[in-house]
Amino acid sequence: MQVQVRYFASLREATGIEREHLALPTPATVADARSALVARHPMLATLLPRCATAINHAYVEADRPLDEGDELAFLPPVGGG
Amino acid sequence: MAQLPSDHEADSMPLIRMTTEPIDDAMIRALVARVTAQSDGGVVTFEGIVRNSSRGKRIRYLEYEAYPGMAEAEMAKIAATVEERWGARGIAMIHRTGRLEIGECSVVVVVACPHRAEAFDACRFAIDTLKATVPIWKKEVAEDGAEWIEEQG
Repeated sequence: MQVQVRYFASLREATGIEREHLALPTPATVADARSALVARHPMLATLLPRCATAINHAYVEADRPLDEGDELAFLPPVGGG
Repeated sequence: MAQLPSDHEADSMPLIRMTTEPIDDAMIRALVARVTAQSDGGVVTFEGIVRNSSRGKRIRYLEYEAYPGMAEAEMAKIAATVEERWGARGIAMIHRTGRLEIGECSVVVVVACPHRAEAFDACRFAIDTLKATVPIWKKEVAEDGAEWIEEQG
């Protein structure tokens, strides 16, 4: 399956990109995507553990299954206001 | 009281949104007018302001970044909770993104309720929850470097 990955703030600066496509064997979970992305961007190994996960604009748990076409985002600790 | 005719864009923009435009006094007055009903006896407005120092460092300016779509969705959840818990149907939440200078308004939350206690409590809940859950990030650009602020609190 293909999902789209979004990067913001410190993750965007660390990876140097705002978004990318990720192909995963079906079925796949958020945890599978994390492993694949750390293999692609080793600097994420220290950053992702601090991040929350969102699929299609909603917070989800790390064991959540992914669906074709999902928009996946790893969110560093937020700090609006 | 009859509303004066106005074609000011603040009168038609969504009450929950992100903006790259300055949040000025005219916008805030317009939000107060829009959220306050005749049954409301109190309206509380919180304005977040960019200050010139943080953790001992002199701040030059801030940069805010949001996850478009999800930020508005999370703010809408806060508004729904405020309505359910405090009976406040009037709420506006606007957060600015991009580069903000010292003294500029980064966020405004307006809550109107029948009584002041609910209005204060609901507004406090809304801004505290916004800071904890809405995907918005702040980069402090100081005299000696820049960093994303990622501590929880």
